[in-house]
Amino acid sequence: MIALLRRDLRLAVRAGGGFGLALAFFLIVTILVPFALGPGTGRLAQVAPGILWIGALLACLLSLDRMLALDHEDGTLELLATAPLPLEGVILAKAGAHWLTTGLPLTLAAAPLGVLLNLAPGGYLWLCVSLLAGTPALSMIGAFGAALTVGMKRGGLLLSLLVLPLYVPTLIFGAEVARRGAEGLATGTPLMLLCALSLGVLAAMPFAGAAVLRINLR
Amino acid sequence: MPDLGKYAGAVLSAYGVSLLLLAALVGVSLLSARRAGRALRDAEARRRDG
Amino acid sequence: MGSLWEYANPAAFARMVSKVLPLLSCAALACLAAGLVWGFFFTPDDYRQGATVKIIYLHVPAAMVAINAWLMMLAASLVWLIRRHHVSALAARAAAPVGLVMTLIGLATGAIWGQPMWGSWWEWDPRLTAFLILCLFYLGYIALWQAVEDPDTAADLTSVLCLVGSVFAILSRYAVNFWNQGLHQGASVMRVGAVTGSDTEEKVSNIFFAPLAVSMAGFVLLFLALVLLRTRTEIYRRRLRAIEARERMA
Repeated sequence: MIALLRRDLRLAVRAGGGFGLALAFFLIVTILVPFALGPGTGRLAQVAPGILWIGALLACLLSLDRMLALDHEDGTLELLATAPLPLEGVILAKAGAHWLTTGLPLTLAAAPLGVLLNLAPGGYLWLCVSLLAGTPALSMIGAFGAALTVGMKRGGLLLSLLVLPLYVPTLIFGAEVARRGAEGLATGTPLMLLCALSLGVLAAMPFAGAAVLRINLR
Repeated sequence: MPDLGKYAGAVLSAYGVSLLLLAALVGVSLLSARRAGRALRDAEARRRDG
Repeated sequence: MGSLWEYANPAAFARMVSKVLPLLSCAALACLAAGLVWGFFFTPDDYRQGATVKIIYLHVPAAMVAINAWLMMLAASLVWLIRRHHVSALAARAAAPVGLVMTLIGLATGAIWGQPMWGSWWEWDPRLTAFLILCLFYLGYIALWQAVEDPDTAADLTSVLCLVGSVFAILSRYAVNFWNQGLHQGASVMRVGAVTGSDTEEKVSNIFFAPLAVSMAGFVLLFLALVLLRTRTEIYRRRLRAIEARERMA
């Protein structure tokens, strides 16, 4: 599993695929928002937490379909299915690699990009904490979606349609933490719910993902 | 016809939209049912004859 | 008369549908017509909402069926995953478009009702938002059925999606409660307290309730009739496919 994780990380960095793409997309979104909304400081500060969360979520969505598709095309996935490692582990490793190449960089990049959007000073910490707690859930749900649509024609569009409603609770809790943090309110309840959601997803989704992957590889 | 007052537009359009959607759903279901039934009968007749 | 599982045999199911369907559709039509005509022509206006209260005879039954259609799909998906009865998977597939249309009716009538009452077509109210998410789930479910070639694979994948989607639909429903209590009134038709008269919250009064109950019965019967019909269509299509495949082999 560790070896698989390492291999995926190396591929992502070397090919420059998902790694740069998600970050670049995130950067573009946050830079373009002030152009569309106008430079009013108060207004930008008000929407900054939500915009940053939306940007991170879409950037995550963007790189989902390559999570399993490339391995499916060259047959690696069939080999992995016959390997001693259970498919649950494969899904977990794939999601982990996806998180390390998109979720973690997005979390780190969110703080500097927050400056561009005039995020309130108290909000940086909570924005990073909420992204840190929420992006693993995004990657894991995405892995389920990728396993569901692997090998389908026009799978990318279908993947977005299927994953979008699944992302809603994570987005609500995550953006709520960031917003309350920026406005100086108590963040305990939504943060705990966000963490509970992430942990629940991490515990249950590998099984669902492996189940659909097994069906798809049959 | 009851007097709907100033909300006539809202009420009538709600009924119109809903009945239209329901009629479309029923129509499509009936049409596909009939088509599938006919195609199956043809195929079974072909199999018996041929 | 055997057990329910007898109808797991597609041929037996199709025969049963052909026998029951005329009766069921007549009953559905009668209830729907009676409930809607009664509600539209022979009920008074509400003292606060005026004539818009007549929309309730479409809005509430459609919303109720939309939610219960998903529950029925969940049950059918579980039966398919556990006992592998094809009829069950096909019934889930047949119910999805019906549920989608019911969701659309609920959303459309709600928007038309909300415009004069709340002053806007759409509010990001918890109940409304949850319905929009339900709509997205229906769309994704139907799209997944369409996208997969092999019927058994499609049935498996959509069943798992239905299970996972149910969990997330419930999560979303309670997550949106975070924002505010919303403009939409609470459940005012089916509530234990409302029936026993123990609570003082607003509820639908009896003048409106009787035609509403008839209309709800009509919507449920219509849902049953449509699902049975569409399931039989799916069975016919499946059999046709098998015959064509055999012809190509010969």
